[in-house]
Parts: sequence; C-alpha cells; structure tokens
Amino acid sequence: MTMRHLAGLAEALGVVAAVLLPLGGAAAPRLMASPALLFAALAALALALSGFLRGPKAIAFDAFAAGVACIVVIRLLRDPGIAGYAGPGFWTIVLTAWIAATQTVAGLSHLKSSNRVMQRLLGVTVPLLFGSFLFFLWEVLVRGFGIPAVLMPAPSAIAERFATSLPTLAEDFVQTFLRGVLAGYAIGSAAGFLVAIVADRIPFLQRGLLPLGHFVAALPIVGIAPIMVMWFGFDWQSKAAVVVVMTFFPMLVNTVAGLAAAGRIERDLMRSYGASYQQSLLKLRLPAAMPFIFNALKINSTLALIGAIVAEFFGTPIVGMGFRISIEVARMSLDMVWAEIALAAISGTIFYGVVALAERAITFWHPSYRA
Amino acid sequence: MTNESLREPRASRVRPPWWSAKGAPLTVVLLGLMMLWYLIAAAVNLAGVRDAFEREDIAYTTGDLIAGTWSAERPILPAPHQIIAEFATSIFSYPPDSNRSLVYHGWVTLSATLAGFFIGTLLGIALAILIVYVRSLEKSLLPWIISSQTVPILAIAPIIVVVLGSIGVHGILPKSIISAYLCFFPITIGMVKGLNSPDPIQRDLMRTYSANPSQTFFKLRWPASMPFLFTSLKVAIAASLVGAIVGELPTGAQSGLGARLLAGSYYGQTVQIWAALFAASLLAAALVAAIGLAERLVVRRMGGGA
Repeated sequence: MTMRHLAGLAEALGVVAAVLLPLGGAAAPRLMASPALLFAALAALALALSGFLRGPKAIAFDAFAAGVACIVVIRLLRDPGIAGYAGPGFWTIVLTAWIAATQTVAGLSHLKSSNRVMQRLLGVTVPLLFGSFLFFLWEVLVRGFGIPAVLMPAPSAIAERFATSLPTLAEDFVQTFLRGVLAGYAIGSAAGFLVAIVADRIPFLQRGLLPLGHFVAALPIVGIAPIMVMWFGFDWQSKAAVVVVMTFFPMLVNTVAGLAAAGRIERDLMRSYGASYQQSLLKLRLPAAMPFIFNALKINSTLALIGAIVAEFFGTPIVGMGFRISIEVARMSLDMVWAEIALAAISGTIFYGVVALAERAITFWHPSYRA
Repeated sequence: MTNESLREPRASRVRPPWWSAKGAPLTVVLLGLMMLWYLIAAAVNLAGVRDAFEREDIAYTTGDLIAGTWSAERPILPAPHQIIAEFATSIFSYPPDSNRSLVYHGWVTLSATLAGFFIGTLLGIALAILIVYVRSLEKSLLPWIISSQTVPILAIAPIIVVVLGSIGVHGILPKSIISAYLCFFPITIGMVKGLNSPDPIQRDLMRTYSANPSQTFFKLRWPASMPFLFTSLKVAIAASLVGAIVGELPTGAQSGLGARLLAGSYYGQTVQIWAALFAASLLAAALVAAIGLAERLVVRRMGGGA
C-alpha cells in the first residue's frame, strides 16, 4: 500500500461520500438529483482508482479526475442553495479534487523527459497547475462559505472588476509605473552605477562608502517618502525621487562588489597586454561585474514598485495605483483594491521578467546559464 | 607546537598607513557628507529664511542668514544638529509612555517588528523544510514563493489592516502580519539553500552511519544551514521593520514611527519627520547588530569562529 494507492482510495471514498452526503442547506438538491453531475461523479470514481496504475497513464487519469471534480464544484456553486450554505457533500468533492490535483502535480514533478522542450514545458506546467488550483481553492472557499465581498472577494469577482475598469487601471499604470517607477529606477540605478565606478577608481572613497552603503541598504528608506512629497510636490516627480534613493544603494554596493569580481589571473593578463585602466574596465571588469549589476537591477525592480506605491500614500494627484488602493480601501470596495494589486503584480512580474531576459542575453557566458 | 607560535611575530608586521585603518575612510566620508548636508540645507532653506527676515523688516547680515537656515522652525531640510536635538528632546524630555515620546512610538513599532519577525521566521523555516523534504513542492511551490516577491507586498498592507480590523483584530497583529509576509521570503530562500548545502558525500556518510531522517536533519542539515540562516535573518529583520512602519501608514494609526511620519507630513513638521527617520534607522541598525551578535555566539558555540 503506497501513498498513491491511499490517495486513490481516498478519492474513491470521497466520490461515494459526495453522492450520499447533503450538498448544502435544506433547499439544495442532492447530487443524485442531477443526472449529468451524477454521471460525472461516477466517472471520477472510476478514474480515482487510477492510484493502482503506474506512470504517465496514472497522471493523466488523476488530472482528468481533478478536472472533472473542479468542473462539478464550479457547476454546483451556481446553485443559490449551495453558495454560502455548502454542506459536507460539497466539501468532500472539493477535498477529492484537492487530492487528485496534489497527485497530478506530484506525479508531473517526478516525471522526467529526455526531450528538452518537453522538460521546459513540464517546468512551466507544474507551477502553473499548482497556482491555478490555489486560485480555484480561493474561489471555492470564498463562495462556498459565503464570505462577504468586503472581507475577501472571489478571484472571479476581481477578474470581472479588472476587466470592467480597464481605463482607470490604465491611467493608474501610466502614472505610477511608466512615470514614477521607470524614471526613478533609471536615474537611481544609473547614479548608483556611476558612483560605484568613481568609488572603484578611488580606493579610499570605496572603503568609506561601502560600509555606509551596506548600512543604508538595511534602513527603512521608504520613510523618506513624506519628505520627498514635500520637496517635489504631489505629482510623479516625488515618487520617482523616492525610487531614486531606494534603488541607489543596492546598485552601488553590488557594482562595487562586482568590479572586484574579476580574478587576479585575468587582471594580470590584462596588465601584461599593457591594457589601460579604461580598457581593462570595459573589456574585463565590467563584463565580469554584470551578474552583480543584474542582481541589483532585479532587487531594484521590486523595490521601485514598492517605493512608488507607498509614496502615493503620502499625497498624490487623483490618479495612481497607491492612491487608488488607499481610496478604495476607505470605500470598502475591496474588489477594486485587489484589481490594483493584480495590476501591480502583473507589471512587477513583467518588469522582473524583462530584466531577467536581458540578464540571460548579456551574461550568457555565466556558468548558471550554461548547464 | 601550538597555532600561536606559528604566527609571525607582531613586531615584524608592517604598520599600515593611518588612512587605511579600518575606521578612517568611513569617518572622512561621513564628515564630508555631513558638511555637504549643511551646505545643501543652507542653500535650500535660504529663500524661506530671507523672506522671513524681510517680512518682519529686520536688518540682517549674511551670517544671520546662514545661521537662520540652520535653525529655522520648519526648514525644507533641517540641519543635522536640529534633528539630533529634536531626537534627544523627544526621547529624554517626555515620560516614555507619553504620546510625544519617541521611546513610546519606537516601542510600538519595535513590538510589531519583533512579533512579525518571529512569525515570519517560523513560517520561513517551516516552508524551507517542507520544500527540501517534499520534492514536488520544490517544483510547484517555490516558483510561486519567488514570484510573490515581484508583487509589491506593501500594497496589500492597507487591506490586511482593514480586513483584520473589521473582524475585530486590532493592535500589533495586523502590522506584524505584514512584517511576517515581508520577512519569510529571504528566510525560505536562504534556508532551502542552507539545508541543501551539505555535500552528497556528507549525506552518504550519514547513511553509512544508518542515521534516520531526523538525525540527518538535526546533526547535519540544520547545523550546516546556520550561516545561511543568519544572513537571511539580517535581511529579514530589516524588511520586518519596513513592514511594521508601512503597516502604520494607511490606517491613520495613532502610535508608532510610521504614524509619527504621517503626522509630521500632515502638519509640515519636517524636523519631527527626520527625527522619526533617525529613530527608525537607529532601530534598524540595533536590530541587525543584535542578529550579528547572536550569530557570533552561535558560531562560537558550534566550535567555529575562525
């Protein structure tokens, strides 16, 4: 009896229990009453026994069972007698879906393919499946328990709100991301980079600046947001200023560390070629520093978004992601807040992804990409 | 022959020049920055001070003007000594439970920071252990943990505070949840690396000793992960403080360093903002130093400390 067998039996038991137990409150029908759903449940029961199969076939059966169970759950939630009053029968189906999904993900992540494209595809599919199941659980829990939307809106409600308020979201995106974040990010990272080059040329300065940089990097720099709002006004300039200060120090510290990364032997080689300071900087030390610089750029990409949004809590014109979040929280329309957060998450992920792609293209020589 | 006698005699070492002594460059750079600060303060405050003199028709000299820029009541940029003075006043002149005392506000923020740090550390370590031992989680959960950090977590701060407030949870818990959210990530990532850091050879050795999984964990993986843990803890506690401060912003909290910042920005009290920032920086430095101290103690207990 392995874990797989146990999981298969548990799924089968779940389906049987779901057929017998009440689905919801008094008004809700039993699963038996709906022939299509009953058929689906019985199909899932047959598939649940896939625990006794092996290899990719078992995974396919599990995936199918999980899919059927998820569809049944979503279908049942449309019933007003179930949404908000879900009973034990309903939750056993959810649990069954959970077990089947876990089995699918576990099976997929143990799967190995000799084909490289297939391997990459698997690497993307596993976390995607896992994530979408998490969203499914969120949706089912919120709607099954009837949690009020002012506490926690369901993902579907957030998606709907996102789709209907695209113009507002676009305005906020332009204000916060394209103006505040990108301008501040570019200026802050460039300034940190240039100061690091200067500090590298003057060792005395480097020994003074580096401990300071490490120290400042641990400080709660977002706290300067109110000061920047006072100095540069309510518009995006003050947000960019906060981002500049936040991104400056990680870049400084990382670039200085990166410039020291070129090996002794390589440096000696450059000297024996009679390379000037400039030549050895451009041809050896900057390329060697690139992994460090990109590390800073990645850290900064998340810091920048946080800095700009938090700075908007201290005063903005009537547009911007941070502004919208604080206003909509006060009005208790949490679906709009979550839509803004989704927007922030999407733009943050894309921003990070672009930086990571650039890193791949520029530091292709680095061991971590040559596996 | 002891190690001591292997070292070269002290006298034969070349004495380094004064400027390469450890603290010297830092001191010089700090002094330079301080001077720069005074200059900038003089420059940006000049117009305001001149206006004030002219409005009241007082004859002034350049000296008066410059002295005025460094002692204005609501300067655009206060001079360092003003900040220190305000900081000292708000620490020593009021009883520590007064609403005007920075000790009080600092304590409120510190307690939220520590509570969040505690929750975040436990969560981070637990997730790391799960990820190390359940292989399917490494492929399915870890990518989501990483991408959770591209989400500006602080944007969720207002929601967490408001939602928990509406179901009756007030006080430091909402703030510390934000802190915990910010600081579990570096710990999980560091500990996954740390727990996986023993070589296959060492793990094989444990197997030849026929060690059971919990012995392998407590005698090999856990000790091996200590350096990673402390590095992550330093990052985490700084993040935790940021979380606590930002958690105080959106709700109009009455106490805490974040509330102090917000109040200062509403009433244009720049010196107060800077003093609160100074307090927050001191707190951050002290917390990171405390972790460093704990690290040294643990390393010594484990027989390291080279």
